[in-house]
Amino acid sequence: MDAETSGTLPIASEQNIVATRQLVRTLCQQLKFSLVDQTKMITAASELSRNTLVHGGGGRMRWEFLEGSGKRGLQLHFEDEGPGIKDMNLALTDGWTSGGGMGLGLPGSKRLVHDFVVDSEPGRGTRVSITRWK
Amino acid sequence: MERIPILRMGSVLLVTIQVDMQDQTAMALQEDLADKIAKTGASGVLIDISALEIVDSFVGRMLASISGIARILSATTVVVGMQPAVAITLVELGLSLEGVRTALNVERGVQLLERARRETAVGR
Repeated sequence: MDAETSGTLPIASEQNIVATRQLVRTLCQQLKFSLVDQTKMITAASELSRNTLVHGGGGRMRWEFLEGSGKRGLQLHFEDEGPGIKDMNLALTDGWTSGGGMGLGLPGSKRLVHDFVVDSEPGRGTRVSITRWK
Repeated sequence: MERIPILRMGSVLLVTIQVDMQDQTAMALQEDLADKIAKTGASGVLIDISALEIVDSFVGRMLASISGIARILSATTVVVGMQPAVAITLVELGLSLEGVRTALNVERGVQLLERARRETAVGR
């Protein structure tokens, strides 16, 4: 039987943030990521799932394995139907925070992965997609 | 919600974080430690994070604020045992844990705390 190559996990509570970290660890191990690569991907997932919960009011993480030009990768999408991001440049600035945190979530996660795409409009939710290739 | 146990060894409080903490658990640890420092008059806090596979900005901020709170309560904090992959990731994330003293392992952490205590004693 083939292992699954995509899936979805809800992000509705703090326990779900722990669960996303654990799932991403398992997925990285399936792709045989190095320990450092694995640590970076799990950390990025932790930051972004917290964003989904705190700023987006909850949502989900969709994951999929990718294959391209002989490489394998892991892609994660963090999606919510929350208020969205008003000023994208500001949100991607180190240290800027809409409240409480350190302002490292988005800009920090971006540095931990190979591809990083944010899709957001005020009032229409946010989707952050990240990819790390092996 | 789980709570992280705080052990007392003489004038040092020892915390070993062995679980993947929820944010609430990290917040509770911060408060429990502040209480315990005030109650026991501990001069040092040793936080062993060797079992942690990741430190994200939330846990990093918690470590920094524990250090700050302890300092105001006249105790020195040392974070020990950070895994190399965690250190690499933290710096790339943009968190350099300024103001947080670190040591490679518990033994060196204890030495650092003893030295800090002697210096304080001389200063008095």
